Amino acid sequence: MKFTRSWLDDHLDTDVDDNALAEHLTRLGLEIEGLHDNARELRAFTVARVIEAEPHPNADSLKLCRVQTGEGEVQIVCGAPNARAGMRGVFAPPGTVIPATGKTLAPATIRGIESNGMLCSEFELGLSDDHDAIIEIDEDAPPGKSYAEVAGLDDTLFHINLTPNRPDCLGVRGIARDLAAAEIGKLKPDSIKAPKASFDCPVDIELEFPKEHASACSLFVARYVRGVVNRASPPWLRRRLIAIGLRPIDALVDTTNYIAFDRARPLHVYDADKLAGSVRARLGRKGERFDALDGKNYEVDEDMCVIADDNGVLGLGGIIGGESSAIDANSTNVLIESAYFDPARIHRTGRRLAIASDARHRFERGVDPAFASAGCDLGANMILSLCGGEASASTQAGRAAPAPVPVTLPRGECKRITGREYSRGKIVKTLAALGFDVKKEEGENEDIVATPPSHRVDVHAREDLVEEVLRIDGVDNIETTPLPQQDSPRPVLTQQQRRLRLIRRALSERGMMEAVLWSFVDAEDAARFQESGSESLPLANPISSAMSTMRPGLLPGLARAVQRNLDRGADNIALFETGFGYLGIEAEAQRFCVAGVRCGLVGGGGHGRHWRENASAADVFDAKADAWSVLQSLGAPMEKLRCEADAPSWYHPGRSGVLSLNPKHQLARFGELHPALLEEMGLSAVVTAFEVFVDLLPSMSRKRGALKSSDLPLVRRDFAFVVEQDVRAQDLLRAVQALDKDIIAVAAIDNVRLFDVFTGGELKDTQKSLAIEVVFRPKERTLRDEEIKTLCDKVVAAAGASVGGVLRGV
Amino acid sequence: MDTNNIKHEVIESLKTARTAGDIEEIRIREMGKNGRISGLLKSLGELPPEERKTAGKQYNILKTEVEKAIEEHAAAIRLEARNAEILRNKVDISLPVTAGAASRGRIHPLSEVGDELLAIFASMGFGVEQGPDIESEYYNFEALNIADSHPARDMHDTFYLPGNKGLLRTHTSPVQIRAMERLEPPFRFVAPGRTYRRDSDQTHTPMFHQVEGMAVGPDIHLGHLKWTLQHFLETFFETEVELRFRPSYFPFTEPSLEVDVRCERVEGEIRIGTGTDWLEVLGCGMVHPKVLGNCGINPDTFQGFAFGAGIDRLAMLKYGIPDLRSFFDGDVRWIQHYGFVPLHAPTLEGGLAP
Repeated sequence: MKFTRSWLDDHLDTDVDDNALAEHLTRLGLEIEGLHDNARELRAFTVARVIEAEPHPNADSLKLCRVQTGEGEVQIVCGAPNARAGMRGVFAPPGTVIPATGKTLAPATIRGIESNGMLCSEFELGLSDDHDAIIEIDEDAPPGKSYAEVAGLDDTLFHINLTPNRPDCLGVRGIARDLAAAEIGKLKPDSIKAPKASFDCPVDIELEFPKEHASACSLFVARYVRGVVNRASPPWLRRRLIAIGLRPIDALVDTTNYIAFDRARPLHVYDADKLAGSVRARLGRKGERFDALDGKNYEVDEDMCVIADDNGVLGLGGIIGGESSAIDANSTNVLIESAYFDPARIHRTGRRLAIASDARHRFERGVDPAFASAGCDLGANMILSLCGGEASASTQAGRAAPAPVPVTLPRGECKRITGREYSRGKIVKTLAALGFDVKKEEGENEDIVATPPSHRVDVHAREDLVEEVLRIDGVDNIETTPLPQQDSPRPVLTQQQRRLRLIRRALSERGMMEAVLWSFVDAEDAARFQESGSESLPLANPISSAMSTMRPGLLPGLARAVQRNLDRGADNIALFETGFGYLGIEAEAQRFCVAGVRCGLVGGGGHGRHWRENASAADVFDAKADAWSVLQSLGAPMEKLRCEADAPSWYHPGRSGVLSLNPKHQLARFGELHPALLEEMGLSAVVTAFEVFVDLLPSMSRKRGALKSSDLPLVRRDFAFVVEQDVRAQDLLRAVQALDKDIIAVAAIDNVRLFDVFTGGELKDTQKSLAIEVVFRPKERTLRDEEIKTLCDKVVAAAGASVGGVLRGV
Repeated sequence: MDTNNIKHEVIESLKTARTAGDIEEIRIREMGKNGRISGLLKSLGELPPEERKTAGKQYNILKTEVEKAIEEHAAAIRLEARNAEILRNKVDISLPVTAGAASRGRIHPLSEVGDELLAIFASMGFGVEQGPDIESEYYNFEALNIADSHPARDMHDTFYLPGNKGLLRTHTSPVQIRAMERLEPPFRFVAPGRTYRRDSDQTHTPMFHQVEGMAVGPDIHLGHLKWTLQHFLETFFETEVELRFRPSYFPFTEPSLEVDVRCERVEGEIRIGTGTDWLEVLGCGMVHPKVLGNCGINPDTFQGFAFGAGIDRLAMLKYGIPDLRSFFDGDVRWIQHYGFVPLHAPTLEGGLAP
């Protein structure tokens, strides 16, 4: 909502300056979005007199002007047809910023002749689209005088970012009323007199709705004005409309626009000579179309409220008028419409046809239903004064909405909600100033009963009254009050959030960088990583095809991020993300995931090429280690984890695996991404990936049990077992570890570690050697040689029994 | 031969000895089984008794002195050799090292700021609640008193799943409803999470992050809300901030307020706490009685406040990150630059920002 200071001054008597006014408006809830001081912006533009205008020697269309400015004579090359000796125009010296273009004017040489400044058109000053003719000024203005002042443009423009609940402030008077209630000024009295009626309205107005749709247009007030002369509006009116961004058309149209912004009351004016029969509001009919004033042709439907005559649809009530009955320069008899339309229907219609008009904007938020008649009078008066003619008596169909219902504000309610004590007198005064009808004579502790004014369509209940009192008194007056202290601090994070913190630190300490990626991905990418048995979730109205489907997991986004980084020339990429994958629409189908990818020389230490060690490319074991570190950081029972080669289709079938605590729940997956999938996605490098589904991990006990250790010397023995290639190391390690349960009474197995995997040498192609270190911990005394031998024999036997291992070199 | 000459000769020969082998050679020559000094000592028996005593004394002195000289020289040579060995082990200590993978890892600014927010609100007794990203019209709109005709419900602004199966929540406020349905007042919580709007330009992304806050009790009023937000923003920005509370409009709060912080814009950078400008940072208000009622809480006996702030925006302001879109790109250069090192954990006692 925009208005100028002089416009506000029509309604409000105040000496508060513009900046203070802006601050008051903001603190009242009418947030100032912009304050535009035209006088300052147009400061450089001054009156100048053209002394002489001769043809340019080198160009027929240009003129060479000698110009008298406030600072002396200058020479200007000018292309305007109306530049002539003796006229006064608007001069801009070099260095001036031209508002329309934002460019700084520089001295120029045009066709060989120096030009020191510019004579401006309305376009350059941002006043209109006219850039052919330069502005002409009344003869008596002295050169050097501010143009803004001469033209009455020294008027500050206020731009309010209005909240949708305050349609009453879509008119300047509503804004003035709020300011007056806050004692920023006095509201000027408002007396709209009905125009003298010279005849009865010759056009019949009818409301033709089935009963259940009567609310579509509940009131239609009209007046006929005959014998008008339509002409350009006077300068004051044109200036106000231009200032708020409207294009002046002619006096009749400008009148309706002016009243919409002055009073938040949309009117419509028909050229009465183009009407056939009565004018009626009714629902649209199938197949009906009309040419609207925005130059488009619209098809209406049976839910829309149209205004029609015998020939069909004239326009959409409360939204836009039609071409067939439009005002033009020759209009002499007009019909003024001031009606009330149902906000919800206006909203539906406007949305369906995508028409954004000032009328729709007001009607769908709610106009004052009780002002329809006065608004019509105001329009008629303005037309009579601008265009002459004589007005008919008013005619009306339907009736105004019933009076607003009184609202009871319990005496303590304002304090209960805001914490501040307001006297009853203060509350009553505030509400009365806003136009509420309040009974004043009750006792201090009595509840307050207030009837909202008809223009406050947003007030229905006690909380709305509390807000009014708070707003006008000022939120600044509310004292800050510390929240009541609670008992001793307690942890507030959910288990998932606690785990999230550990995971982020575990992975970033492994050299990974945390990414936050879109929840929606390309549909094909989503399909590539679709969990079996889950639902694909495309959006009905995506913003782009690359963001069209809810991600089933985090890998599609991460793989694309790898690609983008490779394209930018990054050579070692290690990214992870934590967040949700969407497997269905139910809350439970939103799965918390941790996932990461590596690409390039980010294996092992993760620092890329370095002189101390060979840089290694990320492979399946880096991915396994990533998954492992996540689970370990959460205290998962690592010794119980099973590792199977059972990863989903997006992984390399021979270089991927799954970690689980029981066969039903895959806690984690890891591996290299499938080469075919990478190729499809346009990725030419090896990309490793892991996913961990943290919520499947049960809560871990914080108890640790007693430390088992002894000061007796540990016994370490190395074994190398020759096994078949397809033997899984995990089976050997578990078999040896399991000896702990039934090993001889004197020792326990402290640790089993695989330290070498060997192929080649004397081994067959089908074989490999797995070398393990076993650490025995004596339980009571130092182990004797024969006891150690027994232990070693058990290890060898277990290797043989579990994986067919044979001691190497025996 | 005079013992002095022998001693002198040995000392002279030792001077030319360079290695342990040279010295051993001298030792064998003099002290070995058939060495010269050993021979002298052996020859004592052949001397007449009156000479033997004097000669024995002389020879033994010679032997001790020579032994000592050889040993001293051997020690000097060993020392020299070791020193040479030590010098040979010299390395180019200017070769670069790395602090390991941890020095490369980074935590995203949104995680950092999320942790900071939780630290602040936990200290004020707020718990944490969560809700799903895919919501129903009921939780996202209806229960929050957002009318059917509200512009936010347009296809234009909200992402929908086909067939009215759901929508992507446009704010974290539906978590208010889910929490209120479950909790008995009094309660306080915050709810951080992803939110979505069909909006994409320089300053808007179709996905962003919000934190919702709510406190409900028998007497939680607007003064408490003002205190809570003042305390929150000052702790978060780690500086004094001046707030401006502006009446505004949200369907689910009444009164509704928007909160601006005093700031200064200097060459595209925003400085919080000083200046003559204002910057909007959050929206808040007293929970609308209808919303309380929708969740089975009696608005005559309980009341409370709610607020919502953009986490991305708070991160941009606090850490001077210029572009919102870059948050969601996964660009390793960006994460390296704006991310946080793994060992930093924001705490109130240690300071939030590293």
